[in-house]
Amino acid sequence: MKLTTVFSRLIAAGFATMLSASMMTTSIRAEEDGSSPHYPINHPKPAHWSFSGPFGHWDLGQLQRGLKVYKEVCSSCHSLDLVPFRKLHDLGYSQAQVKAFAAEYEVTDGPNPEGEMFDRPAKPSDYFPGPYANAVEAASLNNGAAPPDFSLLAKARAPERGFPTFIFDVFTMYAENGPDYIYSLLTGYQDTPDGVEIGEDIYYNPYFIGGKALAMAPPLEDDLVDYDDGTAQTVDQYSQDVAAFMMWAAEPNLVERKSLGFKVMLFLIIFSILLYFTKKRVFTNLKD
Amino acid sequence: MSGGHSQYVPVNGFMKWMDDRLPLPRLVYDSFIAYPVPRNLNNWYTFGAILSIFMVLQIITGIVLAMHFVASTDIAFNSIESIMRDVNYGWLLRRLHANGGSFFFLAVYIHIFRGMYYGSYKAPREILWILGVFIFIIMMATAFMGYVLPWGQMSYWAATVITGLFSAIPIVGEPIQQLLLGGFAVGEPTLNRFFSLHYLLPFMLVGLVILHVWALHVVGQTNPTGVEVKDMKKETVPFTPYATMKDAFALSLFFVLFAYFVFYLPDYLGHPDNYIQADPLKTPAHIVPEWYFLPFYAILRAFDFNIGIPFTDIVLIDSKLAGVIAMFGSLIVLLFLPWLDFGKTRSGDYRPLFRQFFWIFVIVCIGLGYLGSRPAEGGYITAAQILTAAYFGHFLIILPWLSRFEKPKQVPPSIADAILAKNKAA
Repeated sequence: MKLTTVFSRLIAAGFATMLSASMMTTSIRAEEDGSSPHYPINHPKPAHWSFSGPFGHWDLGQLQRGLKVYKEVCSSCHSLDLVPFRKLHDLGYSQAQVKAFAAEYEVTDGPNPEGEMFDRPAKPSDYFPGPYANAVEAASLNNGAAPPDFSLLAKARAPERGFPTFIFDVFTMYAENGPDYIYSLLTGYQDTPDGVEIGEDIYYNPYFIGGKALAMAPPLEDDLVDYDDGTAQTVDQYSQDVAAFMMWAAEPNLVERKSLGFKVMLFLIIFSILLYFTKKRVFTNLKD
Repeated sequence: MSGGHSQYVPVNGFMKWMDDRLPLPRLVYDSFIAYPVPRNLNNWYTFGAILSIFMVLQIITGIVLAMHFVASTDIAFNSIESIMRDVNYGWLLRRLHANGGSFFFLAVYIHIFRGMYYGSYKAPREILWILGVFIFIIMMATAFMGYVLPWGQMSYWAATVITGLFSAIPIVGEPIQQLLLGGFAVGEPTLNRFFSLHYLLPFMLVGLVILHVWALHVVGQTNPTGVEVKDMKKETVPFTPYATMKDAFALSLFFVLFAYFVFYLPDYLGHPDNYIQADPLKTPAHIVPEWYFLPFYAILRAFDFNIGIPFTDIVLIDSKLAGVIAMFGSLIVLLFLPWLDFGKTRSGDYRPLFRQFFWIFVIVCIGLGYLGSRPAEGGYITAAQILTAAYFGHFLIILPWLSRFEKPKQVPPSIADAILAKNKAA
């Protein structure tokens, strides 16, 4: 072999060593972690969702149950600012039902001709009123941390999937990280393990994204909400239902998106095949 | 290569009349119909066309989105949500635009790597290459400012981090930062000027792309052999229908991938924290940019040490400025590529050693991208330092050295010979 070739092989080998060394330091660091702990402690538990996959659709019964859980439990602390009552029509309710549902809420309107604000029953065009007057009140009544709004939470809470899982996710079309997280968090409260220190008035939960424990007390218990469709009244079921509802609230166009996507993909694939043969035909003119 | 005289013949009296006054149809005909392309182009050469289509797509979706967007810190976040929820097909427009940015970058990275592999930057294509680097830089500025507009947590903190970089520059740094921000912190004026610039820069991009294509049509395309066209008749085919069909097929396949993400994994490439409205009082645990900036972010953060005179306490360049210089340097170095790799042989196909280093360079870039997504601590920093050295080493040491000492394989005398040899082998 010529000298330059040998030399360059050496350099290439050096580069390869550098690469693998850098990858090794990375993995060593990950193992003897300790300086900056990584949350959540546990990956979310995967649940079964009707809206996963290319033909995902809403389970309307589940969304209605989720709405009930939200209304009777969660809404005492969590707002749902971006969802108007009219949207509940999508959950399978008639216009009259939506109107009646909205009317159970009071909203502030005005000013009237005398210049005064007044309360009136909500209309379908109104948005879910929140439990607090403003963010400062929400924080002050909750030890300084305002409970997050529910409208986008199912998309805003998605723990990192890590390598190489995030690559497989492309092929399995996994996009239910958010609802899995919510479901896991709600069912994940545990007794604080021995030797783990947590602050006062917070609750240990290895699925929480922001630390070992969170300020929200376990909100659900069996038989807390009455289901009239015979579905099991368990914490597990409530958690799934409210997580599905939150996914709907965060992405109300999910089903429309997927069904349009199927048509677009089908068109593009057929179009690509036609283009392939056209191209082949055009290029046969060149073969000589 | 388009040096041959125009073959345009007006088809009727009106076109003849037009041609005598404003020969626009002649320009289009010569550029996109009769323009000769080498016969042996492979599919890696289709990304130029894909990119121009994506640029148009981004501009169209962007203009419609701008009709609904409100650039105000109180309303911006909710106005995006109202686009997603209440505007007819707003969710589709927004998904196309956000993911379109990602795929624009995916295509541009393939395009750049293709240019590097086939030596597309070598004489006489230096200007063509440099224009390309400027397009890339403007693209990055545009994408960054666009990312700030939804006013989510990552938008806000990315803006804070990136504009903060300018404060590292001595003397003029702080005034530049304040000019960018329109104040002392990211706020209302920042959002408004970013919106304005995000609307302006794409049109500058169009201008640069026109120059890029013009320069391309003056010198002609490279091809996998790296040999210039010698016989126009034997070695080239007209752009239409050959290149048109090939580009259309590749574009259609690329769109399949794009649609897969838009419709089935629309949030895969984004960061969940951007679904939380910007909050100046809450710093996210890890501030990470979009995936296409990660390699540069890794280079920026690789410098956790000051550069000074050894054995003294004198600091010449502090760690922050060093990171900023390295990050911008990693782009600037691309401008000098035509002179850093001065070997006569263009194509990586005939440069066995170059080819090895090319693929190592690709892996280095991917590795930097991964490290950019990790927190800047411990082994991740060491790894980023090693790979940053490898990145610059490739341009500043390996390429000049290879150009001088590498013995390339025998290049075919002409494209026609290469095609004949290939047909014989097959």
